[in-house]
Amino acid sequence: MNLILHVWRQKNAKDPGRMVRYEARNISAHMSFLEMLDVVNEELIARGEEPIAFDHDCREGICGMCGFMINGVAHGPERGTTVCQLHMRHFKDGDELYIEPWRSRAFPVIKDLVVDRSAFDRIIAAGGYISVRTGSAPDANAIPVPKENAELAMDAAACIACGACVAQCPNGSAALFTGAKIAHLGLLPQGQPERDRRAVAMVVQMTKEGFGHCTNIGECEAVCPKEIKLDVIARMHRDYLHAAWTGRQKPGFREDQPAEEPMAGNRR
Amino acid sequence: MELNSKVPDVPIEQAWDRRKFEMKLVNPANKRKYNIIVVGSGLAGASAAATLGELGYNVQCFCYQDSPRRAHSIAAQGGINAAKNYQNDGDSVFRLFYDTVKGGDFRAREYNVYRLAQLSLNIIDQCVAQGVPFAREYGGLLENRSFGGAQVSRTFYARGQTGQQLLLGAYQALQRQVAAGQVKMYARHEMLDLVVIDGRARGIVTRDLITGRIESYAADLVILATGGYGNVYYLSTNAKGCNATAIWRAYKRGALFANPCFTQIHPTCIPVTGEYQSKLTLMSESLRNDGRIWVPKRKGDTRPPDEIPEDERDYFLERKYPAFGNLVPRDVASRNAKAVCDEGRGVGPGGYGVYLDFRDAIKRLGREVIEERYGNLFDMYERITGEDPYRVPMRIYPASHYTMGGLWVDYNLMSTIPGLFVAGEANFSDHGANRLGASALMQGLADGYFILPYTVGDYLASNKLEKVDTTHPAFRSAEAEVACNIKRLLDVRGSRSVDSFHRELGKLVWDYCGMSRTAEGLKYALKKIPELREQYWREVRVPGESEEFNQSLEKAGRVADFFELAELMCLDALHRNESCGGHFREEYQTPDGEALRNDDEYCYVAAWEYRGEDNAPALHKEPLTFKYVQPAQRSYK
Repeated sequence: MNLILHVWRQKNAKDPGRMVRYEARNISAHMSFLEMLDVVNEELIARGEEPIAFDHDCREGICGMCGFMINGVAHGPERGTTVCQLHMRHFKDGDELYIEPWRSRAFPVIKDLVVDRSAFDRIIAAGGYISVRTGSAPDANAIPVPKENAELAMDAAACIACGACVAQCPNGSAALFTGAKIAHLGLLPQGQPERDRRAVAMVVQMTKEGFGHCTNIGECEAVCPKEIKLDVIARMHRDYLHAAWTGRQKPGFREDQPAEEPMAGNRR
Repeated sequence: MELNSKVPDVPIEQAWDRRKFEMKLVNPANKRKYNIIVVGSGLAGASAAATLGELGYNVQCFCYQDSPRRAHSIAAQGGINAAKNYQNDGDSVFRLFYDTVKGGDFRAREYNVYRLAQLSLNIIDQCVAQGVPFAREYGGLLENRSFGGAQVSRTFYARGQTGQQLLLGAYQALQRQVAAGQVKMYARHEMLDLVVIDGRARGIVTRDLITGRIESYAADLVILATGGYGNVYYLSTNAKGCNATAIWRAYKRGALFANPCFTQIHPTCIPVTGEYQSKLTLMSESLRNDGRIWVPKRKGDTRPPDEIPEDERDYFLERKYPAFGNLVPRDVASRNAKAVCDEGRGVGPGGYGVYLDFRDAIKRLGREVIEERYGNLFDMYERITGEDPYRVPMRIYPASHYTMGGLWVDYNLMSTIPGLFVAGEANFSDHGANRLGASALMQGLADGYFILPYTVGDYLASNKLEKVDTTHPAFRSAEAEVACNIKRLLDVRGSRSVDSFHRELGKLVWDYCGMSRTAEGLKYALKKIPELREQYWREVRVPGESEEFNQSLEKAGRVADFFELAELMCLDALHRNESCGGHFREEYQTPDGEALRNDDEYCYVAAWEYRGEDNAPALHKEPLTFKYVQPAQRSYK
């Protein structure tokens, strides 16, 4: 099949960027979307032009490195699928596709379709973990975990931090990402001691990074390649409110630093 | 050069305890004065960086991805082994040790493997405490399954995403140390050289992949946890960015490279569909627990699988290996799949595929059970192939997956360069000539959480290290070499893309140094690879500049190193006149086509020393002795 592509080209963070038209010829239905771009790039290189930069790594839908907008939809038309796993059999000859980087103020463009998602790492660093010193763990079977909880925790833990949720959200909210980690750890007995602090610290960091707020639109769930449910956002709000109401939160985790007001983010 | 493995001279079960006691400790107040560089943020790198940070060292951790959470450990599907014996089915530390030594076809160091089996217990404890959502039984206790080649159920798993969950556990521990200021993370940085001063590893040179800047970092020691070199084959289950550059540059700075020809071809991957194919996708080997592997008995049988009656199907693994059936180790399963395809009985387009059929399992257990066990794998298969594996058998074919070879390390995981430690797949240590399923995750985490934190401290406490910073001339000259190498690549301005060369190299290595090898083929490859490499340096086209985000340039440097490594692999494969594990030399096989080892002449680790561009590398041998598991012909019948 042959396709018309309009691809966002932006040399670096300072360049204003523009859409450029390309033709993708002789595309096989068995190719992945990224393999289709590989073919286009090989042609560009042969013509002496710069190939289209896009992030990718595992190409099996688990590392979370790839992702861009295809006709306004994060990761394209297939549900529960990253662009590396999106195959060309879902497109037809003559299709015209608009390919753009993630849209979010918190994810600045580095080049073409490549964006900076380091804000996600900082949200995890704010509290997305269980503090357990290496070597200090009790026997693995010492704490039974109800199977239902383990399954729900796993559903949330499946997040690959690709950023599709943020890119699709009209508010640019990272609530699905943040909620997924809060839900994963909050559902397990091991995660209880830090549950309040975690929720507040992560939400505060999320706000600081410039992500917007969740207004329950649900676009994030619709495009999530791991089909993470909106429930995780409800869990995040619940944990956050519980922490704020009971006053047991300590944002930033450090007793020696002045605590931030937990609701500050929501009032903005 | 004498290779001293530094294995403690005590009975095997006391060895690690003894070593821990012998090791010197760093005064807690002094730990913050030491700088440690960790390259790589997969299971081994992230767990080492997090634990060393937690102990109080200053850690700098580097990865080429945009976040440490994306390292390719994340893609491991099936599980992680531990000798917990929670299933009461006869498992023990000794049995896991025994299985690993035997599975590795008696080419691993016994003492290392025993320690790995011991530490497997701590790993599961650690990961559960971190919140890794392992599969559970209804009573709330941990669930296990049996996995490729094991007759006990000792594999812990989190659906088909075990690697992801273990890595996220380590990543979260790492981010906790980042927040605490103990670890500084450098994402989108690629290590391009190792800096050795007065014979010790003292730093690295990197390229910032966003700005293209060449930068130097100094430290008291360097840990490489940069993974394997499976991408030398171009098509592999590795991530596209996985590369051998860090270990290769270390090799060129004096670290010996051990057993480069020991590569693992994984039996259950989705077959190639065309020339454009950019990578191969693994289907977890756990599928072999319930799926049955078969091909038609007749050559060139093109009927759809459901029209081939039972008595015209050849369940070749069950037929040849009645005791282990579809669960034979990876090398055995892969070779047999290749053999039936070479006979012309392969299925699917191109004829390089075999069926993995769940019909009987669905009939026996019901679709729901299969869905619960393998749902996400089945979805993934359907997404890629467009076929529904609940109705049509999967088609699978072997693909390059893991490399057992790597930088030589002693019992303390230190290479032949003092101060250069190597962990995870990047070292050669524990898997011998073949790795058992669910053992890679175990080794990565054992190295990072439980071994390096001790041995690194011992090194620091036992050696008086001069203060070194990046103003040292050694950094300047390494930076200049890196810059010169980059300029050379950009200046070729030829006509062929990096990928086209990589694909051609990969095919050459796959054909002659892949699943089976011959002296003749290896000699041919040894002639062809240098020719192709010369052509590469004459004709490659690397668009763009050095001082910018330039993915073609990143690839170009990695492929240049793969060319050199490919040659060493072939050289190693040619010298090893025996078959063992993943190294199958057609000249050396039993009458039934099994690998025929030669313990009299080749029971050693082959460690290669770089001696400059114009000289052949020198071979050094570390003899292997087996006191606890007697080498025997592996038999899975």
